[in-house]
Amino acid sequence: MREGTFRNLSGCAISGIFSKSGKRFSGQKIIDSIAVMHERSNGLGGGFAGYGIYPEYKDYYAFHVFYDDSAAKKDCEDFLDSHFDIINLSKIPTRKIPEITDEPLIWRYFVSPLPTKLADSQLDEREFVVRCVIRINTVIDGAYVFSSGKNMGVFKAVGFPEDVGRFYRLDEYEGYCFTAHGRYPTNTPGWWGGAHPFSLLDYSVVHNGEISSYDANRRAMEMYGYKCTLLTDTEVITYIIDYLHRTKGLTFKEISHVLAAPFWTTIESKPREEREELEFLRHTFASQLLTGPFSIIVGFEGGMMALNDRLKLRSMVAGEKDDMVYVASEEAAIRIIQEDLDRVWSPKGGEAVIVTLKEGQI
Amino acid sequence: MAINYIYPDYEIARNQDRCINCRVCERQCSNGAHEYIEDLNKMVSYDEKCVNCHRCVALCPTRALKIVKSGHTFKENANWPGKIINEIYKQAESGGVLLSSMGNPESFPVYFDKMLINASQVTNPSIDPLREPMETKVFLGPKPQKIERDEKGRIKKVLPPFLTLSMPVMFSAMSYGSISYNAHESLARAAEEVGIYYNTGEGGLHEDFYKYGKNTIVQVASGRFGVHPDYLAAAAAIEIKMGQGAKPGIGGHLPGTKVGPDVSRTRMIPEGSDAISPAPHHDIYSIEDLRQLVYSLKEATNYQKPVIVKIAAVHNVAAIASGIARSGADIIAIDGFRGGTGAAPTRIRDNVGIPIELALACVDKRLRDEGIRDNVSIVVGGGIRSSADVVKAIALGADCVYVATAALMALGCHLCRSCHTGKCNWGIATQVPELAKRLNPNIGYKRLVNLMNAWKHEIEEMMGGMGINSIETLKGNRLMLRGVGLNEKELEILGIKHAGE
Repeated sequence: MREGTFRNLSGCAISGIFSKSGKRFSGQKIIDSIAVMHERSNGLGGGFAGYGIYPEYKDYYAFHVFYDDSAAKKDCEDFLDSHFDIINLSKIPTRKIPEITDEPLIWRYFVSPLPTKLADSQLDEREFVVRCVIRINTVIDGAYVFSSGKNMGVFKAVGFPEDVGRFYRLDEYEGYCFTAHGRYPTNTPGWWGGAHPFSLLDYSVVHNGEISSYDANRRAMEMYGYKCTLLTDTEVITYIIDYLHRTKGLTFKEISHVLAAPFWTTIESKPREEREELEFLRHTFASQLLTGPFSIIVGFEGGMMALNDRLKLRSMVAGEKDDMVYVASEEAAIRIIQEDLDRVWSPKGGEAVIVTLKEGQI
Repeated sequence: MAINYIYPDYEIARNQDRCINCRVCERQCSNGAHEYIEDLNKMVSYDEKCVNCHRCVALCPTRALKIVKSGHTFKENANWPGKIINEIYKQAESGGVLLSSMGNPESFPVYFDKMLINASQVTNPSIDPLREPMETKVFLGPKPQKIERDEKGRIKKVLPPFLTLSMPVMFSAMSYGSISYNAHESLARAAEEVGIYYNTGEGGLHEDFYKYGKNTIVQVASGRFGVHPDYLAAAAAIEIKMGQGAKPGIGGHLPGTKVGPDVSRTRMIPEGSDAISPAPHHDIYSIEDLRQLVYSLKEATNYQKPVIVKIAAVHNVAAIASGIARSGADIIAIDGFRGGTGAAPTRIRDNVGIPIELALACVDKRLRDEGIRDNVSIVVGGGIRSSADVVKAIALGADCVYVATAALMALGCHLCRSCHTGKCNWGIATQVPELAKRLNPNIGYKRLVNLMNAWKHEIEEMMGGMGINSIETLKGNRLMLRGVGLNEKELEILGIKHAGE
């Protein structure tokens, strides 16, 4: 069964590492971290997102694409050719290992929208890219763009996350932020596109949980033109973040107050200015509230946000050492890469950990 | 002429061994179904006068009374049931339109009973409402379309007018006139205590009830009875009644016998005159006219109050709702064909309109397809009987529900469907002073509060079971529903899967 034909519920492990100074480090660290939580995955999905990994192409959208076959590749490349300047294209380098099998064709394109097409569309550049990605993913059979941001990339597959990391040679990439996901789905997905992270433009989401609000969120987002084809929580959460941040211009702090809105009783106890803002956000974005258990790490250009559901029904720990910030489902996954932490804490339900690059970095 | 004789459907069964001739039943029955025969020292009953309202049964101190089906029957005929034969006799006699009250009692499908609710297990914990916060607070009104910020980058908290409810249930429109003063007082006080709203219906707002204005929705209907600036100003919201589920396509008629001094003053019509609401609003012959009325009412109230447009669920309800959502309305109320009424032509009540579940599903979908669902809230009524119906309606896409029949039952209504006679023994659908005083508003409002609290607890339990702790994430969450015994087309319209899928 392919993702999108059924709703696949998962338990999971997540991890994220962020350098506030923008210092780039090897992807090996995130592999080491997620590998500790082997027990939280069942070998049916793993993946990574890396930020700052393509400095030489940082002005171009990096499309990572899965193809079922060469016909799909041809159709997709025809589409890309007619909408984008393709600056560079190549197979994504992989390492053949026995743990990872049945791989699709995996290609990478650095692209820039064709100025004439963009002008004709009367859209802003990012909206144009989003529409093209959604178009490919819903219309071109057998082609799936699973990463589309600038100076970032998603790498994912069916397998245990540490194997997926080795397969993609993640140790050879360097970035200022990496996130990772190990999946424990309740059904067997035969398709790599269903693994996490899910991403759109530079927004990527890894998620542990199962939101009870899924269909309310999905139907709301579909009204705004998003197409939820995978039927996964991660997909709809990514679209909500894209909508709130890119389209509505909310800050990530405000977004956290929408996704995991404080209870009304909490809101009522706040000072006037804050109370009015929280009320406004809950009222206006009621359809973007998430209920049920979740812990998510959101990667975005220059930053990372970790957030728990408002009852904290999933574990999530954060740690700090100098300019490095770590977040993971378990403390052990942080200690394995940084034993000596300045601070370690369990963020409260609904209390976001948001870190961004210091001014002028990258 | 003996051909007029219609054998009663129900008989009053009196246990003579228990009867103590106390004559309570005789005093309680406004229909004269009981009489004490002095010569015999015995109570007798007249079945043909009985409307089966259970007033005598409930008050008989020795439990000597019950009402039973008469068992009298015509020769069985699948095409000509006794009900239809009797109706023909009645019409042949009177030459008139048959009248009925309350909602459509016929055996059309009840879709609420063919949908089942989900619960969490293993992959997602259920939430215990006794231990964790469970939020049922609802706002009704449009969502802001744009986020604007001040010079310091703070969001400008400008919201269009809206209603705030502690739970997604309101008491729907019942006019003063069709129901009694005490019934209105009970509804108003209960709405205030629960933190919800009641609706005046088209009969105006009695001067005593202006103090409940912040929990009152005032109605502007085709007869414009009782509409004046203070009436509009007193309310929390204004509802334009375009249609009613019990009688789509026709107006209303309050007989002059119900128009006493108080009702006359409140409706602003002469005492004893029939109050006839025309079928259409004669200033609304098309959608652009409705827009003008919406904005006239907004102008009259300084754009401070949300405007609700209430329509009956009919075949093209989705297109109508879509037009309304673009015409300045803040809330659309849809009334299903099971909705009650104080009086309606039987043929209309039983044959016009569509089920609210289907109307709701298709309106919610249409507004989403057109990207205008955020412009309006949807309130549905006409067939909501329990907290489970509320949960299912919200999951289908409603923001809130209207209840009226259930509220009247809390006040004592036994659904005898005889409101149009004006002789309600429970003091609800009557203006006869000695009957109306039977409803004690001090008790009535508490029973309404009890009912709402009970439903709220049940809604919270069901939400918690689904792992949902805030009602807004139940709204339109159709994955939480599964159909049983529904065909493909029905499932498609409801937008739900079948159980087992």
